[in-house]
Amino acid sequence: MSAAVRFDHVSKRFDTPRGPLHALQDVAFDIEAGEFFGLLGPNGAGKTTLISILAGLSRPSSGRVAVFGIDVHADPMQARRRLGIVPQELVFDPFFTVREALRFQSGYFGIRGNDAWIDELLAGLGLTDKADTNMRQLSGGMKRRVMVAQALVHRPPVIVLDEPTAGVDVELRQTLWAFISRLNREGSTVLLTTHYLEEAEALCGRIAMLRAGRVIALERTADLLKRASANVLRFKTDQMLPAALAARARVTGRIKQIKVHDAYEVEQTLAALRQAGVVMEDIEVHKADLEDVFLDFMAVQPTAEAPA
Amino acid sequence: MSGWQTLLRKEVLRFWKVAFQTVAAPIVTAMLYLLIFGHVLEEHVQVYDGVGYTAFLLPGLAMMSLLQNAFANSSSSLIQSKIMGNLVFILVAPLSHWAWFVAYVGSSVLRGLVVGTGVLLVTAWAAELRFAHPLWIGVFAVLGAGLLGALGVIAGLWAEKFDQMAAFQNFLIMPMTFLSGVFYSIHSLPPFWQAVSHLNPFFYMIDGARYGFFGVSDVSPWLSLAVVGTAFVLVAALTLHLLRIGYKIRH
Repeated sequence: MSAAVRFDHVSKRFDTPRGPLHALQDVAFDIEAGEFFGLLGPNGAGKTTLISILAGLSRPSSGRVAVFGIDVHADPMQARRRLGIVPQELVFDPFFTVREALRFQSGYFGIRGNDAWIDELLAGLGLTDKADTNMRQLSGGMKRRVMVAQALVHRPPVIVLDEPTAGVDVELRQTLWAFISRLNREGSTVLLTTHYLEEAEALCGRIAMLRAGRVIALERTADLLKRASANVLRFKTDQMLPAALAARARVTGRIKQIKVHDAYEVEQTLAALRQAGVVMEDIEVHKADLEDVFLDFMAVQPTAEAPA
Repeated sequence: MSGWQTLLRKEVLRFWKVAFQTVAAPIVTAMLYLLIFGHVLEEHVQVYDGVGYTAFLLPGLAMMSLLQNAFANSSSSLIQSKIMGNLVFILVAPLSHWAWFVAYVGSSVLRGLVVGTGVLLVTAWAAELRFAHPLWIGVFAVLGAGLLGALGVIAGLWAEKFDQMAAFQNFLIMPMTFLSGVFYSIHSLPPFWQAVSHLNPFFYMIDGARYGFFGVSDVSPWLSLAVVGTAFVLVAALTLHLLRIGYKIRH
């Protein structure tokens, strides 16, 4: 059985006025049928370029992409039937209502009389009472839900979500993940890119990390987390940290997190903070999460070579 | 069951839902042309024997509106979808370049025909129209609208901004339609401009349609058919090629 998605040594080069830009360099991995797969990386790492190539919106400079063994460029019609793509940009057709948009999208795939499934999608994504509302009148979060529904009208075996939760509220995220998880349990393969590492940690069985167009990590999420050698000392403070500690700290507003390897290091760090007169609240030591691992990878791995 | 019917239906509904702007407005514009030019020139210009100026003007106005609206339909639909970003929903669907062609050009032909017919209906009071060869009228109306609909697809794919589209429309489509003999017979022009007009494919669409109405025209309808037919085939082939390679819509 061929992989649900196979990226076979995919490279993409853009020619810019300042010389060639290597958006993707020899990206090669498989996503097996039924997986919930995460694709992580900072902005500009090439995630969306990779998904555009998968979706047939962009052609690779070299390499090939196949969906269940079907080359997305040699046989785009068959490949597209197997893919449900939720693009990153919030886009909609202002002329139509939610139900019309979903009926049209079904029709593009040659499906008539799809209302039973459309109703299920509307219910699953919390859109039932918006079915006859014009797209223009929906909030951003509601439009995002419609985009997800549009990608699913033809019951694609592979669902691709490109940062579906960027800038949307908690309620939508929960509705969306409940629904997508259900489809995954029922057999759909899911490829997700997200900036919310917590989501990737919670949902994805396997993760690939991209940086500067290269795959720098490809592992089961559990194994990735095990690689985090350290624990994290977490506390809140309004004060500046001493320079030596500030260099090692992950700062999110008042929340400071410092990597520690053992109890001795915890004591030393706390002593240093006390000595500097830092007043701390809510002190805790916890296991490193995916964000710590991610930051380690982004910091430690060698950067991509200079463009050829 | 294939997707082209749905895409065609969507494209038709797109203009029909805003018919006030896409159908009624151009009909009103054509009526204004008729009121002004018909009033000013009726007494002064006689083009064909036994055909008053206003009667001469009507088929030209109807054809001009038909052509301009066929172009506007596909071009504005594509550029709007490109700029809004919602073209992606069609790009990820299994629709062939033929499906795109039939939907965008077909809806443009329909809008052209609706507007053209509307212009004739609301201006019918102004002069007595003859329909000498209705089949010729139909042939030039459909071919002309198809040609402009396909040109609209090319412009819509090519343009990245609304002002590029406006340039295409104002510097190419408008002059070619206005200088095609809508308002005059090219026999009234000096020899040089007559020769120039003969190079304008739009002239043959208008002249051919006018033959259908009056049974007289500046050139033979068969010549017009050959020119318009050839132009349609060439432009359609280019349009299909650009759609197949995803010109400016797939990178």
